[in-house]
Amino acid sequence: MNNLHDCRKAFARTLLELAEADARVVAVVNDSVGSSNLKEFRKKFPDRLINVGIAEQNMVGIGAGLANGGLMPFVCGASCFLTGRALEQVKVDLGYSRSNVKLCGMSSGVAYGELGPTHHSIEDMAWTRAIANMTVIVPADPAETSAALRAAAAHEGPVFLRLSRMPVPDIHPADYEFRIGRAGRLRDGSDVTLIANGVMVCRALEAAALLEKDGIEAGVLNMSTVRPLDTQAIAEAAMTGPIVTVEEHTVVGGLGSAVAEAVVESHPVRMRRLGFPGEFAPTGSPEFLFEHFGLTPEKIRLAALKVVEESARVICAVDPRG
Amino acid sequence: MQTHDSPPPDPGATVAAAARLARRIRRHSLQMVSSARLGHPGGDLSSADILATLYSGVLRINPRNPAEAGRDRFIMSKGHCSAALYAVLAESGFFPVERLGEYMKPLSMLNGHPDRNKVRGVEANTGPLGHGLPIAVGAAKAAKVQGASWRTFVLTGDGELQEGSNWEAAMAAAQFRLDNLTLIVDRNRLQQGDETERTVSLEPLAARWSAFGWAVREVDGHDLRALARTFGELPFEPGRPNCILARTHKGRGVSFMEDRVEWHHKVPTEAELAAALLEIGEDPQ
Repeated sequence: MNNLHDCRKAFARTLLELAEADARVVAVVNDSVGSSNLKEFRKKFPDRLINVGIAEQNMVGIGAGLANGGLMPFVCGASCFLTGRALEQVKVDLGYSRSNVKLCGMSSGVAYGELGPTHHSIEDMAWTRAIANMTVIVPADPAETSAALRAAAAHEGPVFLRLSRMPVPDIHPADYEFRIGRAGRLRDGSDVTLIANGVMVCRALEAAALLEKDGIEAGVLNMSTVRPLDTQAIAEAAMTGPIVTVEEHTVVGGLGSAVAEAVVESHPVRMRRLGFPGEFAPTGSPEFLFEHFGLTPEKIRLAALKVVEESARVICAVDPRG
Repeated sequence: MQTHDSPPPDPGATVAAAARLARRIRRHSLQMVSSARLGHPGGDLSSADILATLYSGVLRINPRNPAEAGRDRFIMSKGHCSAALYAVLAESGFFPVERLGEYMKPLSMLNGHPDRNKVRGVEANTGPLGHGLPIAVGAAKAAKVQGASWRTFVLTGDGELQEGSNWEAAMAAAQFRLDNLTLIVDRNRLQQGDETERTVSLEPLAARWSAFGWAVREVDGHDLRALARTFGELPFEPGRPNCILARTHKGRGVSFMEDRVEWHHKVPTEAELAAALLEIGEDPQ
């Protein structure tokens, strides 16, 4: 992969642009000015950068209060602490209250690598998508990060943006139009559909290219909004064949679960859910962990081949002429 | 209550209005809890005089337009005392008093804990403890960021202060120099299961708030004149958040409920309700 980007740059640039255009925009941080790339924001808008110290419950509550007071806070912190530590505040002060607060979970997934499971945020999609009124977005590249941030600002209500620091290539054009709740079809294919979000989208695209050499036509769906879910796009994918989901998250409750829920209620097909298999990760860099848990293009390819084969066997068993 | 353009209230008249409002809050709360067969009457009664004072001239709010941008914010952090909150809001004109009869009935807007999206005048959805103060810090900070003159008030229980989020918020409020923020602690000394001091001690509470950088006043939380005077002295010190420790009694106004831990969430029988209402009395003719 060439020309890789840290999406936090697009995040910081877009937040600054939003703040320039809208006086309601403020940033709230838990001593995370550096890790959220907000030094420029602080320089330009010192009074609109609110540092609450290392106190995530308070940070989310303060976000709700700032919104009550007429502002539009972007509450930024490492996703593991922002969601896990403050989950009740996310549920009550944001979701239940329908507060106009934008949660920006930085360095989600296993971006912190060797720092270990305390710093991995591989449950945040499951937690946040279970909360009513929440919108949950997992962008895949700089253009989508930027577009998702703008869409979140335009949306009245709580949004969780699950952001990453992991290097990713450009997938979308700069003028890409993002719509909350609409999946992006990045590649057509009639044999199997790979559904991914976040940093796994580029890997799913690479896997699809490998599968083409195997004679398998794999479609790729970018399911960047996990709540509300684009159930129509999922149903359409299921009509064409089996599905493999790929997420930088535990397979319990995240993207794979969300897709499976939609599939069984629309058009049941064979599925494989790739992600972290419901266990805490061993020590290792993000790339090591992706390899270890089968989240590489090659492992995605193998999972797709397997599910295509199983699917064909099932069809043969059902149809004696097959 | 006071709107932006109304003249400063006459202290004597304010205290008389607060006394009448407090009596009504107590009567409504007990009737609501009795009718719902659920609720937290002890805390409803301990906070009645504080609520009555706030809504009798302290808060600059407009029941005809509860979402007015420049309104004072009042956040009821002790959301379990929703009966008292609903009673004061209804009596203040946010919704019809008759609707108090719907308290906790199926599909009622008057849930056991308040929902700002359903009830006019409710600023925050509370219930889990330790949420109100952080939200109030955010609201007060929002006023500072915008250079606005409206103020933020928050009422917490005392047992509630065992939640750590309050102390995170206490530090932030002092750091942000939020002299437009006022915390009132309903210091009735009882939590659900026992006395606070026998559970996890809060004392020395005034010294603690003071050490956290707040300007602290202690007041008899049932003395309407003292409460009005204390609120009238806000802000206590420029650049410091305000803390009012209101010494109260759980179940205040009903002899057999006062300072009795079981009335935290006990429901009165028909006979107990009748006796309680008799003690509280009715509006003078």
